Amino acid sequence: MAETQILNGAAMQRALTRIAHEIAERNEAGNEVVLVGIERGGAPLARRLSELLRGIWGQPVPIGQLDVGMHRDDLDQRLAPDMQPTVIPFDVSGKTVVLVDDVLYSGRTIRAAMDALNDFGRPRRIQLAVLIDRGHRELPIKADFVGKNVPTAQSESVQVRLAELGSPDEVVLEKR
Amino acid sequence: MSWNRKHLLDIESLTAEEILTVLETARAFKAVGARAIKKVPALRGKTVVNLFIEPSTRTRISFELSEQRLSADIINFTAEASSLKKGETLKDTARNLEALNADFIVIRHSASGAPHFLARVLNASVINAGDGAHEHPTQALLDMFTIREEKGGIEGLKVTILGDIVYSRVARSDIWALTKLGAHVTLCGPSTLVPRVFEQMGCRVTYDVDEAIREADIINLLRIQHERQRKTMFPSLGEYSSLFGLNRARLARTRPDALIMHPGPINRGVEIDSEVADCSRSLILEQVTNGLAVRMAVLFLVNGGKGPQEVAQA
Repeated sequence: MAETQILNGAAMQRALTRIAHEIAERNEAGNEVVLVGIERGGAPLARRLSELLRGIWGQPVPIGQLDVGMHRDDLDQRLAPDMQPTVIPFDVSGKTVVLVDDVLYSGRTIRAAMDALNDFGRPRRIQLAVLIDRGHRELPIKADFVGKNVPTAQSESVQVRLAELGSPDEVVLEKR
Repeated sequence: MSWNRKHLLDIESLTAEEILTVLETARAFKAVGARAIKKVPALRGKTVVNLFIEPSTRTRISFELSEQRLSADIINFTAEASSLKKGETLKDTARNLEALNADFIVIRHSASGAPHFLARVLNASVINAGDGAHEHPTQALLDMFTIREEKGGIEGLKVTILGDIVYSRVARSDIWALTKLGAHVTLCGPSTLVPRVFEQMGCRVTYDVDEAIREADIINLLRIQHERQRKTMFPSLGEYSSLFGLNRARLARTRPDALIMHPGPINRGVEIDSEVADCSRSLILEQVTNGLAVRMAVLFLVNGGKGPQEVAQA
């Protein structure tokens, strides 16, 4: 399987820093913003963005983690997914929730995440931050903050590797 | 993580990895129980039949609530109120239920192997909720989940199962799960209820209760299964209680971090004293809470499993 590097560790850090500044610019009242990372890749990215935003706003930004496995629309067509506990340690009602994921592809994960979020309350608004947008949307969903747009073929796959999940930071495109 | 089974029939045929997959999945479902809205749409539009041919309260309620929390539609079917009383066979009852397009059948039956039989004749997923004295797989899985949550792991733990072993499906399922996950299992009770043949399952058998519990990390107590005992297996409940019941004096001789489990229903004053059942080292109610998470995980996993049909050769 051929691999092409899309982002190295330093470029990933720059992309996240830029996303953090865009989030801060869009949401001036920083005290109403919470970050919710989508398991697995989105959760460590949400923690990193929270640190960056704390540096910008000078106050901590609450983070949660969300597993959409129970809300997927394709449970009939695949083996049951591995799941992590969903932990949202704050009330989302009235807040601006920034969903964080590593790769935006069909958009189905984001739809499931918005459904799941509804069970926790009624956010004031939901925004979406992704490290990589690889295209091929199957639903009318668009990211508010994108680290890097990567044109891909459907036969390719995008791997986001993170230090928190056991390998050095990088994003690679795999051709099958 | 791996799970590709369509049914949950017993623990004996599961691998350690499959057991751990259920336990990991159950962690995610336990978090659902702590929310304001305790319901997820994972089984929306699916139909579950709870076919309880043998009386059961806690297992049936636990399955029902688990199914409701997964948004499934539910039909409850008990022996007292069914056509089984009118002479219909189990096979015909089940096929009629399947003709209603049931996706899952959760079966409790007094005959060992009844779930395996249904899995062969039906297309629906079959989950064993206890078959005779054979197995009670979801009870073992919730016991493993509870032990793992409290002790951090199972491998290397010393677990003593105390009481009526020979008539207990919980004991058999627990023994399979514990030995597959690397625990050291000791069985103890009256010799009529704890035959040495269990040593073939990889357990130690002893009739000295103080020795059995002295080094244990977990003491799992089992109820005397009066309904399954065809003849008197011991002289009296009073004698059983004084020789094998877990009371304060015996508890004082265990390790201070030893934890007490019981699948319920408990018989206070027989296998367990009231003050032991209610003490801080008792996990009995934790087990009930965890049962929901584990049963949700099992339903969720078998929904994704498409086979291979593990019962094909049975």
